[in-house]
Amino acid sequence: MSPDSFRNVWTIAKRELTGYFNSPVAYVFIVIFLLLNGFFTFMLGGFFERGEANLNSFFTWHPWLYLFLVPAAGMRLWAEERRVGTLELLLTMPIAPWEAIVGKFAACWAFLALALALTFPVVFTVGFLGAPDFGTILAGYVGSLLLAGAYLAVTVMTSALTRNQVISFILSVVICFFLILCGWEPVTNLLVRWAPDWFVNTVAAFSVMPHFAGFQRGVVDLRDLVFFGSVMVFSLFSTSVILRSLRGA
Amino acid sequence: MITVENLVKEFGPKKAVNNVTFSVQRGEILGFLGPNGAGKSTTMRMITGFFPPTSGRVAVGGHDLAEDPIAAKKLIGYLPESAPCYSDMTVAGFLGFAAEMRGLRGAARDAAIEKAVGLCFLRDVLHQSVDTLSKGYRHRTCFAQSILHDPDVLVLDEPTDGLDPNQKHEVRQLIKRMGEKKAIIFSTHILEEVEAVCSRAIIIDRGTVVANGTPAELKARSEVAGSVSLRVQGVAVDVVRSKLGGLMVAGRVHANATGPSVTARIFPRDKSVNGELAKAVAELTAKEAWHFDELHTEEGRLDEVFRAITLPDTVQAKEA
Ligand SMILES: Nc1ncnc2c1ncn2[C@@H]1O[C@H](COP(=O)(O)OP(=O)(O)O)[C@@H](O)[C@H]1O
Ligand SMILES: [Mg+2]
Repeated sequence: MSPDSFRNVWTIAKRELTGYFNSPVAYVFIVIFLLLNGFFTFMLGGFFERGEANLNSFFTWHPWLYLFLVPAAGMRLWAEERRVGTLELLLTMPIAPWEAIVGKFAACWAFLALALALTFPVVFTVGFLGAPDFGTILAGYVGSLLLAGAYLAVTVMTSALTRNQVISFILSVVICFFLILCGWEPVTNLLVRWAPDWFVNTVAAFSVMPHFAGFQRGVVDLRDLVFFGSVMVFSLFSTSVILRSLRGA
Repeated sequence: MITVENLVKEFGPKKAVNNVTFSVQRGEILGFLGPNGAGKSTTMRMITGFFPPTSGRVAVGGHDLAEDPIAAKKLIGYLPESAPCYSDMTVAGFLGFAAEMRGLRGAARDAAIEKAVGLCFLRDVLHQSVDTLSKGYRHRTCFAQSILHDPDVLVLDEPTDGLDPNQKHEVRQLIKRMGEKKAIIFSTHILEEVEAVCSRAIIIDRGTVVANGTPAELKARSEVAGSVSLRVQGVAVDVVRSKLGGLMVAGRVHANATGPSVTARIFPRDKSVNGELAKAVAELTAKEAWHFDELHTEEGRLDEVFRAITLPDTVQAKEA
């Protein structure tokens, strides 16, 4: 990446983040994120009842939590540019379109990372109550961040498809839901009853669930990294194709 | 600075721009005229690299928009039609962002913003959020964004749309001043604006260029251009009509009585000798000792030319 590209990506990301924090949306989002995390971990996850010194009851819920929160955070990224017409301004600036795509994605991902980082009290809690493996916890956080990134990339793509944020939200929830279901155990257990193994395995390979599971066990597998990386690259590349076709009509 | 060759843009089966060719030099202000939906904005979007053309070529400062878009875009300042701004920022924040996108940093950035803010009268609203601005201010904020980097080429899509008369005047003056050193192209449907600001005008209708010339040349295409208007007092209409009709250089003559005076319009027999006509009419009034209180040669009217060449169907229907 040339220094110019890096600067352009940074300028766009900075603008996007300033935009977030200039409106109450960012603060509302973070508060809701933390409240829901607490609710799932301690109420539904039975954090205390389990009596284990780990964060499984915390991370287990992330695929479901992100299913709605990540599309909510990212739905405006391109849809709003299209609705207001600033897309025309942005794409006639002397930058490459991919720089704008990556800049926006990076800004929103950094914002999600911040929200995730603010869950640190749960780490203190588990550290105070027992002797957890902090390596496993770190791996869990890495996996969670990658999961959020994958969902976000999908949202960036759906956001470029429409000028309506609600449509963009619904489309990304549907796609992310599919990415969960196709490898979620209750569904694969159903599938194996009537489909051959190779088919079930192929479908499941597209799912975020098996790839996310490794991180929760503290295993950082290259294949899982490649999977999340591919989802992001593919979605962002699709975004650039969509943006180009918009202008080509 | 701007070269447009055989530009075509199709939206599905519809040709929004059809084989448009023109060029703009430094120091020129080109007015882009045409009725709504004529293809003005679409052409500008191709010049600024927002739309790739279906066919044809655009070059800005020698850089082909298709081959080296970034080099071309660096030279362009662009005010899109609806003057879009990021509404979740302050005016200063928005201009800061635009300056950084143009590669301006630190002191150069601050100086550029300072200058643009002065030129566009934005000082009062600098720290106000864009979404609380009135339309005129938002428009000028987007305008300021387009001149931040002192571009060689300015593309302005309806730069005075939605402004009050004072602001319109200010913006026209600004365009005129900047036009001395830049190549400017701006679209409008206000004809007086073209006369006040442009060194050249192009009229576009249904995607095609139908006229290209200086405002004076375009006006000369008007039906009344070169005719002489005369108002005399205390003479009978018939007398005025027959005497004027008797002039060697005169063609058609229209004369009507309005109260005590008679208004006449004399068309030249041959358009190329229209200087002669006014002289002949003046000599006639002197010889007949008519008391006249108006005598002048018509330059032609741009709105008439505009209507005649952009709506030929209705004009023909009226004449028939
Ligand atoms: N993105 C688009 N998709 C489809 N048709 C379009 C698009 N943009 C413009 N048009 C059509 O192209 C024609 C020219 O539009 P435009 O360039 O905006 O005209 P003007 O700016 O002269 O009013 C119009 O008929 C318009 O409906
Ligand atoms: Mg237009």
